[in-house]
Amino acid sequence: MAATVDARGLSCPQPVLMTLDEIRTGSDPEIEVLVDTDTSKENVSRAAQSQGCTVKEVQPDGEGYRIFIART
Amino acid sequence: MGKNWFATRWGIIGVGAFIGVIAALLQKFGNPGNMGICVACFERDIAGAVGLHRAAVVQYMRPEIIGFVLGALGAAYLFKEFRPRAGSAPIVRFILGVFAMIGALVFLGCPWRAMLRLAGGDGNAILGLAGLTFGVFLGTLFLKNGYNLGRTQTTYPSAGWLLPLTMLGFLVLMLIYPQVSGEGKSGVLFYSEKGPGAMHAPLAISLIVGLGIGFAAQRSRFCTMGALRDLILFKQTHLFGGFVALVVFAFATNLIVGQFRPGFAGQPVAHTQHVWNFAGMMLAGLAFALAGGCPGRQLFLAGEGDGDSAVFVLGMIVGAAFSHNFSLASSPKGIGLHGMAAVVVGMAVCLFIGFTMRKTAK
Repeated sequence: MAATVDARGLSCPQPVLMTLDEIRTGSDPEIEVLVDTDTSKENVSRAAQSQGCTVKEVQPDGEGYRIFIART
Repeated sequence: MGKNWFATRWGIIGVGAFIGVIAALLQKFGNPGNMGICVACFERDIAGAVGLHRAAVVQYMRPEIIGFVLGALGAAYLFKEFRPRAGSAPIVRFILGVFAMIGALVFLGCPWRAMLRLAGGDGNAILGLAGLTFGVFLGTLFLKNGYNLGRTQTTYPSAGWLLPLTMLGFLVLMLIYPQVSGEGKSGVLFYSEKGPGAMHAPLAISLIVGLGIGFAAQRSRFCTMGALRDLILFKQTHLFGGFVALVVFAFATNLIVGQFRPGFAGQPVAHTQHVWNFAGMMLAGLAFALAGGCPGRQLFLAGEGDGDSAVFVLGMIVGAAFSHNFSLASSPKGIGLHGMAAVVVGMAVCLFIGFTMRKTAK
């Protein structure tokens, strides 16, 4: 199962805060994060990697992106 | 589309260094002391140019600001990042912009200028930067406790164009009513005859530099408030690299061109009231943190279609008008008659916003 974090429409630093919250408190092996700006895409990816997670894939999704993060 | 080099570690450091060098050189070309670029001061000068306040020494339509927005717009379109969006508590962002400006003008500078003042040897900037950091720290406490202004909505591209078009309109006004030597007014625009507002680089240089910085900053997401916030909140040093690079390269450039003069007293467009240098920037830092970006970053976001950042920018311009009309702004002689009261009221408003606007975003 993958947890989903919907951070679309939220400005800095909310997408990162929500992603880190899920990484720290959730238990699903994978996390999908939805964002709608390139800035958020970069920030969320950077934050996930800083927590030792892997960004497996980034897919365009509508006006934004769907980021697949895996715990390692 | 390849990877965004500007968003890498070396990219953000490069952009910080670029801004530091350019800002120091703009002084050589005519901008005021330790004010090669100051987003708060320059927006205040724009407020004066259109007559929202009548402080005769700070009236000039600063082309750097126009360039920042239009450069960011160009970068956003070129790299398909223009995202028209609006509707995340615009009235709150307006008020935060007003008090961010009021706080910045008690110190006499935005975070960019605080760094440039430090790089020029102005010791008072240490107090300002300490206040800024403390204000951002207060902001992170609210962020940790669920402070959130809610989601934006996607809107019409033309809505995202409104602030860039406003800036374009300002530029057109400047071309229709150019500065006339020895005249305080040209058509509808005010031009300072003395004081900081009278000190400026040639229009073409200011505009081109503004466009270049707007472009680079949009690509790199350069943000001084974000640099401090991410460091405090996430122990992340990415944006902070750009922050440090700006200071170091502005300092080096100042040394080379002979602009480095260390000291506290007699610094250009600065005062030595330490408590209020700290407190003014504490207010500004908290307002920036609650609004999600430093004044420069808000301009670049507005250029990529963020209508809420555009509202923050307009709030800052209106805040500048209040600052000077109500004697809230400082001058080299010291803080304004009502500067202290303004900081107290501003802190109360920001704390009210921080404490009451908390929710889970789910």
